[in-house]
Amino acid sequence: MNTPASTTEPVVDTEFARRWLETATAAVTREADRLTELDSPIGDADHGANMRRGFTAARDAVAKEPPDTPGRLLVRVGRELISTVGGASGPLYGTLLRRTGKALGEAATATPEQLGDALRAGVDAVAQLGGAAPGDKTMLDALVPATEALAFALDAGAGLAEALAAARSAADEGAAATVPMLARKGRASYLGERSVGHQDPGATSAALLVAALASAAGAATGDAR
Amino acid sequence: MSAPAGRVGVVLVSHSAEVAASVADLARKLAAGGAAADVAPAGGTPDGGTGTSSALITEAVRAVDSGAGVAVLADLGSAVLTVKALLEDGELPEGTRLLDAPFVEGAVAAVVTASAGADLDAVAAAAREAYDYRKV
Repeated sequence: MNTPASTTEPVVDTEFARRWLETATAAVTREADRLTELDSPIGDADHGANMRRGFTAARDAVAKEPPDTPGRLLVRVGRELISTVGGASGPLYGTLLRRTGKALGEAATATPEQLGDALRAGVDAVAQLGGAAPGDKTMLDALVPATEALAFALDAGAGLAEALAAARSAADEGAAATVPMLARKGRASYLGERSVGHQDPGATSAALLVAALASAAGAATGDAR
Repeated sequence: MSAPAGRVGVVLVSHSAEVAASVADLARKLAAGGAAADVAPAGGTPDGGTGTSSALITEAVRAVDSGAGVAVLADLGSAVLTVKALLEDGELPEGTRLLDAPFVEGAVAAVVTASAGADLDAVAAAAREAYDYRKV
């Protein structure tokens, strides 16, 4: 069944989801101080610690009771984030991953298009939960461009690794683009004009999670970025 | 499904354990005159920190659930989002509803109404109406 091309492309399976979780946990742990620093002027200075606690708990839960499909793994991570984070990033990221995992269903593997559609469903659920839209200076400013870039690249015939690399660039650019924005959601919104000039911590952590997705795909093709 | 029994329960979710407990106490006192409805605070994190705990929320909802429904009020950001996420996840008993209401005024209205034996719709409406009391 495998064509020569498909053997070099990463497959979205449980192992892929596990690589993503490992890389994401390492990234939020490594960047925890920077996330908290970003959260100090406009938030309550706990984003890095919250993300590290949530992802560490999720990684431990998955290690203890390994889920057997990528969808179940993401649902498990989402539930763990909701129950351990304690700040708004818990229910928001928890919903993102839970909904993405549910959209992947029970299958052992997903096509790149199915992954793109599932992520879109997850991002839509976050937008609905938080009542936010791109431009509000939130995680959506990284997530929405990332899912759009992913879909666009796949439509244009890119493989998964290449399409996720495009998603990573879009998420990074989206996070950087939050600097001049006025916050309209969460605690930062109380600051009004004073929220301008700071990169949004949520968009920054979202970009880390998208980068981890790109790494999970890259690792399978030997692209060790 | 069994018929509704008992009174509507009320859960108060705040970033602060003290705020949740104090507002629960205030609402109970203002509802005095008969048997008050069950009110449970779910404030802060389990280790006493500032934030929201899904475990404390779930525990509080179960504690006041007598089958007639549970009205949940939340203060800010993660408190609201966590309750919504738990509801969407089906982690809270059937008949649990997040009320769209100001925290203190809504809590008083909800507890007074629930104590009078009203159903969940009436409790939600009373709490929602607290938004209409203009102060200036």
